[in-house]
Amino acid sequence: MIQVRPIYVICMREFIKFFREKSRLLGTLARPVLWLFVVGNGMSGLIKPQAGFSYLQFIFPGMIGMTILFSSIFSSISIVWDREFGFMKEMLVAPISRLSIIIGKAISGTLISVAQAIIILVLIPFLGIHITFMQFIEVVAVSLLVSFSITSLGILIAARLASFDGFNIIMNFLVMPMLFLSGAMYPVTSMPPALRQLTRINPLTYGVDAFKHVLLRNATPPLGAEFPLSLDLFLVTAVSLVMLTLAALSFRRKE
Amino acid sequence: MPIITVNNLTKKFKSLTAVDDISFSVDEGEVFGFLGPNGAGKTTTINILCTLLSPSSGSAGIAGFDCAKNPDDVRSAIGIIFQDTTLDTGLTAYENLKFHAYLYNLDRKLTERRIDEMLGVVELRNRKNDLIKNFSGGMKRRLEIARGLLHYPRVLFLDEPTLGLDPQTRNTIWDFIDSLRKKEKITVFMTTHYMEEAENCDRIAIIDAGKIIAIDTPARLKELVHGDIVHLVTADNKQAIEQIRQLFNIAAREENGGLVLETEKGDEFIPTLIHSLSMRTLSVSLKKPTLNDVFLKLTGRLIRDEGLTDTREVTREFVRSHRRAQR
Repeated sequence: MIQVRPIYVICMREFIKFFREKSRLLGTLARPVLWLFVVGNGMSGLIKPQAGFSYLQFIFPGMIGMTILFSSIFSSISIVWDREFGFMKEMLVAPISRLSIIIGKAISGTLISVAQAIIILVLIPFLGIHITFMQFIEVVAVSLLVSFSITSLGILIAARLASFDGFNIIMNFLVMPMLFLSGAMYPVTSMPPALRQLTRINPLTYGVDAFKHVLLRNATPPLGAEFPLSLDLFLVTAVSLVMLTLAALSFRRKE
Repeated sequence: MPIITVNNLTKKFKSLTAVDDISFSVDEGEVFGFLGPNGAGKTTTINILCTLLSPSSGSAGIAGFDCAKNPDDVRSAIGIIFQDTTLDTGLTAYENLKFHAYLYNLDRKLTERRIDEMLGVVELRNRKNDLIKNFSGGMKRRLEIARGLLHYPRVLFLDEPTLGLDPQTRNTIWDFIDSLRKKEKITVFMTTHYMEEAENCDRIAIIDAGKIIAIDTPARLKELVHGDIVHLVTADNKQAIEQIRQLFNIAAREENGGLVLETEKGDEFIPTLIHSLSMRTLSVSLKKPTLNDVFLKLTGRLIRDEGLTDTREVTREFVRSHRRAQR
């Protein structure tokens, strides 16, 4: 039961609000800039360039991953906002399926994340990386997949989150560990075995790995990609579908 | 022909029975009120009718569709204004209405015209492109009414439509509802715990602790309270009480420097009473029973006796009804 017009208007609402809130747009750029140029430059003194790639270049794929992570989680948490402020009821009493609401939220969250990832690409000239038009297309394609998987995960969480109080717990115990255990900021190969196991069950690891494939073509581990690109894409897609199915089921039961 | 039918409806939340085996029906074009204290089961009933909750047992149907089995058909046929605002405050009035039109798959050509029409009805045309966050409580409520009616529903649900609004805005909202009723030919189902509001309904169901304890027109419900309330001040109240007991076999009681008695046909009783008393009568007044008296009679409590959350509100209501009794 998928209805096109409701899905379209649910997406439009999110886009209108995203572009209306200038602070959110600004925040999108501020976080990666801070990481890249402040933390990145600070760490560059410790981590020597390897095989022609600097630390700054190494963390750039990770920063795209980070931007998508925060943006997607933030977008899907809007479900909790909608519930808290009553707007969810407007959708729930309308003659539309729960699945349409979920899909609308998933599509809008995904596209907003991709838009933010593309905005981050304007930093490329400052990093000494050159990308071809083909690479640009590949980054957008990988962004779509990764955004979709994280948004689906966020919707699954939001569907089960009773109130906004749980948001901090999710940030501290899920989102931040996902970021730190994804290989976005330091190579996972140098981690203790127990933590390495955790990186392997983190979907963001494979997303960041895919970005490394696309952006750092000739780099090798530890700074370059670790897994085959096909494995990355397969796992990210599989995770998306599982999460979205679980979210749809859990949303239907709860509301 | 009834447009809403509810049969033996029960809703249990674990050990709590919020709605306890209620049955009623509402005819097309009626303004039907659900009157009862907080926690009586009003909102639970509305949520079942609006397909947000499924009943534990029994059934509810709107416009021939079962609320549990054909939720989408029911949803298309109803408009709802919830207790708390469900507008998106980050969008404009127009955007909120447009969102609604798309959700209800309103005909594309019709949408703009209908939005404009409804904004006109609730007198918000000049605020069309303003963000909701800049709207007052009354404006929000009016916009919600416009939105609730946008898709030509056959039944409009209003859950405490004037809660938290000042008396003037409350009156404005009621004027809107009255005029809409004439223009839109719609059935209105509302809940309230304001007595004054319930008086505006064609029929009222009084609900307490999940059960309907009375259902009728406001006038006939008031007949449940036998007689009128007469308030009397005489030159010698003590003796007057004694005389009233002897002459009419009515127990009057002293209250705030006067005396109060209950009798049927108070308007006809007053002249006889004044004539019969040996002392001078200083003042006399007659009070017709209100719905509050009906609720008091049926449950032994005032409608907002238990007001769990806001004690000030209870106090205010108590003072208000006390004053009313004194008048």
